[in-house]
Amino acid sequence: MRIKFEKRAQPSRFMLFATPVAAVILTILIGAVLFEILGYDGLGTVKEIFFTPILASYKWQDVMTKAAPLIIIALGLSLGNQAKVWNIGAEGQYIAGALAGALIAYLTPGVTSHWIIVPMIIAGILGGAAWATIPAFLKTKLNVNEVLTTLMLVYVAFQLLGYLVTGPWKDPNGHNFPQTAPFTDAQLLPHSILGTAIPPGLVIAFILMLGFWLLVSRSVFGFEVRVVGAAPSAARYAGFNASRTIWSTLLISGGMAGLAGILEATSQLGQLNLGFPSNYGFTAIIVSFLGRLHPVGVFIAGIVLAITYVGGQVAQTTVHVPSASGGIFQALMLFLILAGDVLVRYRLRLVGAKS
Amino acid sequence: MTIDFIISAIVTVVGISTPILLAATGELVVEKSGVLNLGVEGMMLVGAITGFAVTFMTYNPWLGVIAAGAAGAAVSMVFGVLVLSLGSNQVATGLALAILGIGLSTLLGTSFTGMIVPQFSSIFPSVLSQDPFWRVIFGYSPMVYIALLIVFAVGWFLNRTRAGLVLRAVGENDQSAHSIGYSVIGIRYIAIAFGGAMAGIAGSYFSMVITPMWAERMTAGRGWIALALVVFAGWKAGRLVVGAYLFGCLMTLELYAKASGFQFLPSQFWASMPYIMAIVVLAVISFRDRAGSEAPACLGKPFLPNS
Amino acid sequence: MNNGVTLAGTMAKTQPRLELSEITKRFPGVLANDHVSLKVMPGEIHALLGENGAGKSTLVKMIYGIMAPDSGEMLWDGAQVRVANPKAARKLGIGMVFQHFSLFEAMTVLENIALGLDQNISKRDLEAEILKVLDTYGLKLDPRRIVSTLSVGERQRIEIVRALLLDPKLLIMDEPTSVLTPQEVGQLFETLRKLAAKGCSILYISHKLHEIIALCETATILRGGKLVSTCDPRKETSRKLAEMMIGANLKEISKVAGRKFGDVKFAVNNLSLPKHGDFGTALTNIAFDVRAGEIFGIAGVAGNGQNELLEALGGEVLAPRNEAITVAGAGIGKCGPTDRRAVGLGAVPEERNGHAAVSEFSLQDNAVLTARNRMNMVQAKLIDPGKANEFSEKVILSFGVKAQGPKSTAGSLSGGNLQKYIMGREILQNPTVLIVSQPTWGVDAGAAAAIHQAIVDLASKGSAMVIISQDLDELLALCDTLAVINLGQLSAPMKVGEVSVEEIGLLMGGIHGEAAHAH
Repeated sequence: MRIKFEKRAQPSRFMLFATPVAAVILTILIGAVLFEILGYDGLGTVKEIFFTPILASYKWQDVMTKAAPLIIIALGLSLGNQAKVWNIGAEGQYIAGALAGALIAYLTPGVTSHWIIVPMIIAGILGGAAWATIPAFLKTKLNVNEVLTTLMLVYVAFQLLGYLVTGPWKDPNGHNFPQTAPFTDAQLLPHSILGTAIPPGLVIAFILMLGFWLLVSRSVFGFEVRVVGAAPSAARYAGFNASRTIWSTLLISGGMAGLAGILEATSQLGQLNLGFPSNYGFTAIIVSFLGRLHPVGVFIAGIVLAITYVGGQVAQTTVHVPSASGGIFQALMLFLILAGDVLVRYRLRLVGAKS
Repeated sequence: MTIDFIISAIVTVVGISTPILLAATGELVVEKSGVLNLGVEGMMLVGAITGFAVTFMTYNPWLGVIAAGAAGAAVSMVFGVLVLSLGSNQVATGLALAILGIGLSTLLGTSFTGMIVPQFSSIFPSVLSQDPFWRVIFGYSPMVYIALLIVFAVGWFLNRTRAGLVLRAVGENDQSAHSIGYSVIGIRYIAIAFGGAMAGIAGSYFSMVITPMWAERMTAGRGWIALALVVFAGWKAGRLVVGAYLFGCLMTLELYAKASGFQFLPSQFWASMPYIMAIVVLAVISFRDRAGSEAPACLGKPFLPNS
Repeated sequence: MNNGVTLAGTMAKTQPRLELSEITKRFPGVLANDHVSLKVMPGEIHALLGENGAGKSTLVKMIYGIMAPDSGEMLWDGAQVRVANPKAARKLGIGMVFQHFSLFEAMTVLENIALGLDQNISKRDLEAEILKVLDTYGLKLDPRRIVSTLSVGERQRIEIVRALLLDPKLLIMDEPTSVLTPQEVGQLFETLRKLAAKGCSILYISHKLHEIIALCETATILRGGKLVSTCDPRKETSRKLAEMMIGANLKEISKVAGRKFGDVKFAVNNLSLPKHGDFGTALTNIAFDVRAGEIFGIAGVAGNGQNELLEALGGEVLAPRNEAITVAGAGIGKCGPTDRRAVGLGAVPEERNGHAAVSEFSLQDNAVLTARNRMNMVQAKLIDPGKANEFSEKVILSFGVKAQGPKSTAGSLSGGNLQKYIMGREILQNPTVLIVSQPTWGVDAGAAAAIHQAIVDLASKGSAMVIISQDLDELLALCDTLAVINLGQLSAPMKVGEVSVEEIGLLMGGIHGEAAHAH
């Protein structure tokens, strides 16, 4: 007996929706076994990582707070991934956005109007987008692979952050810690809005989700992005300019990552320090695939991944697994969702032992 | 600048370049077969912790290196199954492998933090290896010589042997190779496993030679540099050596900058230098005449036989 | 070799070299081969005839071990065999020359040939052997050249030499002449006859009837996966063979004779473009014009600039001057595809999947690809799915496309149906000028006839048509005027009916009015 793949005439819509769910369930099962083998409490780990954040209502705000940047970044990345433009340096654009926003804050300590938040956020978006112009330029003008350039720039952004928080932007009253001065009250966004537990970032993420939904499902630009990704020659034939698509998808995904960065800085941290990068930019890649590159899917997937973030921290203190455990579950999930793709396009059939 | 300074600089450069050279050599074979495996960083980290752990338990660094290679090959097979047997996207799957490797190595490594392992002893008599001048040739870890041997063996294999010709053919035109009767999938599995083993060994160099201890994410992005190096070398084994030593110079500069004179620029500038240079190099390479490159035509494309 | 000759002499009429009995192969949704049986004698040139999709390629892939049959038996020199892979086939003495060459562009001829052999021979010995085979059959080929620099005919010679080096007892040729000029076809036939005279059997796959009548002793005709007939093609007329192959009486294209053409609608004025990429062809001083109602054909062997020309005319590659291309007198050379469609210029490239259509997209989305502006599907930068659906449905209905509806993916359609859909999509936009490359490549006869009729009908409504094709028969049947493209240069236009096939053949081979001497 062996397994044979038969190409489906039409991609299966059922599998399109079923495989991400199956990937999450399988991740839980495989993860439990893996951690048991490694000598930890497998069931306990799984319970803490996946279920405690859902069951304990005091964790919800934490989940929503972590989901917001993941969703915002992943919305942008999904657009690029549809065009097969691989921006894997969102982490760097996230840092660059936060730095650009913090530059406004750094220059305006005396401004007391809350409106200062607006130029900060705009600067954040522009900063992220600016960081993405480098790979966009290199890709369109010199045909340099964007996978490598976007990624290299993460390391550069990280060093830039290190330089600023230990050098020119170092808080003079910070006891020599590598951090900037705290933002002033005017420069801060609230942790949550209107007395609810909902963080402002999640509201923005929700609005953006609706916008991206319209963009990808109905607009000519969304169509263009899909054609460029599916068949570059057909895109040229249809009159779409691939360079334009590369520029716009990289700038949009960079801008989204920058937005997530400045939102995180002003609404959660209130300053920048060496611990600011928290892997959201990389995890958002998983969010994007788990959400099947669809804005609504991305929103749901962002919450799922945020749960593993929060749960990973819980598990660290309660069942004493290392901090990297969440990462393992996330990688497993990405592998399984990619493996599940095959079921969308192919039918599995067991055939007799004849080759 | 004294002769001593130059010699110690050369020794540092050669030492620090070796892991990227090893990893890039493995990736070269993978890419020549038509597969792009972006998971080098992850496979290196898995190799680093495995090599360290096995050496720690057996007190034998050779066993450690072998185990590191085996572990690298083993995790690369996860990538192989997805990409080759299930036809998944190579970029995304490679990234997943990188993330998995980072997580897995951290998880396995927690109990080894702070430990120290025995190091390789020199294969040359100390008269040579410790000599202030001759150490420039004889004063390295055995892994340095092994890495160079492997690069030359791979160059010979790719260009002079029939098996190498078949491997290149698979990367050049998978459909043709399939219709002549070569097992495209099988050959690519072997190439991916070799790439994984090389990345694993490269990783173990960090935890066993550069510093004989384990630290989270200790490869610090060198796996990505190795990927850039393959492009830089135009997919030619010989040029890998030149490129690796060039990057080695940049990384050495960072070390020296931290230790001494270059205070006019912040240390973060030097630390980001290899990455900035990798970008510059990729840009310059694409400027240059493409005829000099031997990029495989099927690189990154999934192969699904229609029979 | 001697062994083969004696075999051929003594056992010729007794023992078939290859015998297939009741071979069946099923793919999802199709029965590709339905209990097919055939016999090939030693030294026989045996035709396997059938239209696209009849199951010829599937059958030979099973003989060569690329696929395994679901049921049925294969006998080789009387003994039952199971060919597990191409290597096993070569071991038996079966060689194959593929329709789509299995060559490696960036490697030398020598390396390509070495890859096709199963034993490891040193480069020097191999080169000597290659030269010997080339000499025996009077073929010319430089073993040290890089494949990407060779002509299509030379590339095919690599495949043939690769097969001949194995000293085959059976050589399978899959549609070998589709890429050759008439003169090159003559050379190939000579080689094949020499080979057959030495006792090698040849299984010759084609749908070109006059070739089979000229070359083959026996023909096995397949239709829809089933064996229709086995006959001696030399005793049949082309028409009879064609009817057996297609299974219905042939329908002629209804074209009004002696038509009058209107004003010049489309003109190309000394268009030159440099080649892009290592494997491209430069276009040099292309010039022709097409009047309203005229069908202008461009013949030529594959790879002589047809794709480049289509892209330049359709706007995928821009011309250096605006006046280089004009529609109804207005220069559009520097306009992209969208602007060209706005003035009524439509184009259909050769490659359906991934160029003219996106296989993983629905038919409706594929309508948006080129018809979004002319058919008013876009308002305020948003696509109106209702309008796209409506137009797509109209195309499916008017062109008899067999599909479940606008929501089915392009990839789920057969080649012929997808081509009908693409042609319909362009024709229903009512273009002033329509440029089509290889309108019926890989399309079944029914769909081909429908497409030909649609082209003629559109022309009769006053559109200017340009047809680029490698199928000379198609062009001669369809076009009013004909030019030949060779190495990126276009010959002077000729009136169909006043020019001989030989003349066109010489032009296709790159000989302009000089005395023809085969090299």
